[in-house]
Amino acid sequence: MSGFQQGIQAAIPALRRYARALTRDGETADDLVQDTLVRALRSEHLFHGGDIRSWLYTILTNLNRNRLRSLARRPAITPIEDGDAADSSGPEAGGRDIERALAALVDDQRVALLLVVLEGLTYREVAEVQGVPIGTVMSRLARARAQIRAYLDGERPPLRRVK
Amino acid sequence: MVDREPTVSEEELHAYVDGQIAGGECAVVEKWLESHPEDAARVAAWRAQAEAIRARYGAVASEPVPPRFDLDRLTRANRKWPRLAAAAALLAFLVGGTAGWLGRGAWEGAMPARAVTTEALDAHRLYIAEVRHPIEVKAGESHLNPWLARRIGYPLPTPDLDTLGLKLLGGRLLPGTSGRAAALYMYEGSTGERFTVYCRRDQAPQTALRYRATGPVGSFFWVDDDVAFVVSGPADRARLQKVAETVYEQVESHQRTSSTLRHLSDVRAVRR
Repeated sequence: MSGFQQGIQAAIPALRRYARALTRDGETADDLVQDTLVRALRSEHLFHGGDIRSWLYTILTNLNRNRLRSLARRPAITPIEDGDAADSSGPEAGGRDIERALAALVDDQRVALLLVVLEGLTYREVAEVQGVPIGTVMSRLARARAQIRAYLDGERPPLRRVK
Repeated sequence: MVDREPTVSEEELHAYVDGQIAGGECAVVEKWLESHPEDAARVAAWRAQAEAIRARYGAVASEPVPPRFDLDRLTRANRKWPRLAAAAALLAFLVGGTAGWLGRGAWEGAMPARAVTTEALDAHRLYIAEVRHPIEVKAGESHLNPWLARRIGYPLPTPDLDTLGLKLLGGRLLPGTSGRAAALYMYEGSTGERFTVYCRRDQAPQTALRYRATGPVGSFFWVDDDVAFVVSGPADRARLQKVAETVYEQVESHQRTSSTLRHLSDVRAVRR
């Protein structure tokens, strides 16, 4: 296995984690990862050194953006997420809340937040993945955090002080 | 004293939460937070968000990597399958497409993939169980192929799987979604195991080979040149992949011979 392939191999668990958080659906996430890997393997000649992980995050982020675009063109067939409001208690409630809060974000903000918080990328690396200046990453991050905070505060007022 | 305290910006607060400021500055921010409860509350909320996100998704990275991500297999599939994908990539490059453009085709197939695969699997399960009437038209009948090809509107060659020990039983016509007819060919192996090749026109962009297994039945799916193929059989991935590759090769070589002229003129058009 070449160094290139080893780099890809090592990144698969993190890519799956990132894709799962981005799409919040296991099967969709793994399809996305597979498409990312196939595309990366096919594009070795386009990889000119640097951090292979960032390169893979970039591919995955772009593929996901296109997926969202193509979904937007289709008639909506996604389940209505707020239909199961009864789930806002119980052991899963915390996880579901953050999941819904992430779902409510604009894609660019969600990407910035997840790459920083979940994947541990530096602001500079996120800027490269998203192809924008660092200032834009910072404002995306700020908006994402403010919105999630408002979302969580608004959705569960009686429980907001639970730590 | 407090007046001389340096102001801490929101950006610095984010960098503090994300561990992206130098150690010395940490102390400055911490001091600031002691006297600015609103900022302290924000920082606490951001930390809690980050923890919730990591708690929700962090464990995914510790799961064993599923075999579908085996790089050797993906590379092989890559080499064998999308000769057309390479052509698509070249075309995308020529028209100045971006990374996103290339990815689009790979992705958009995923949703139709499920619909077509479901149809094919339903038909597969229904008809392989038939002892006496698994097919409509028997293998020996000369009109089998022309009939199916005409009805699905695509010059599909009858896949020949003799080399894999699979004998053609025959075929049948099926209704597909959006009124497109589908062809189903059925094959039988030496121990009575049955495979089907399902094919119908589908406006989905080309996809890489995809494998899905549900219980004892597995299937390989791909889209090529606006035609979707689903090869189903017992969920033995390696064997099924051989079958799928054989079908693919035959269809592709058939296509190549019949479209060489058209293709050549396309290439010339692009060069110009």
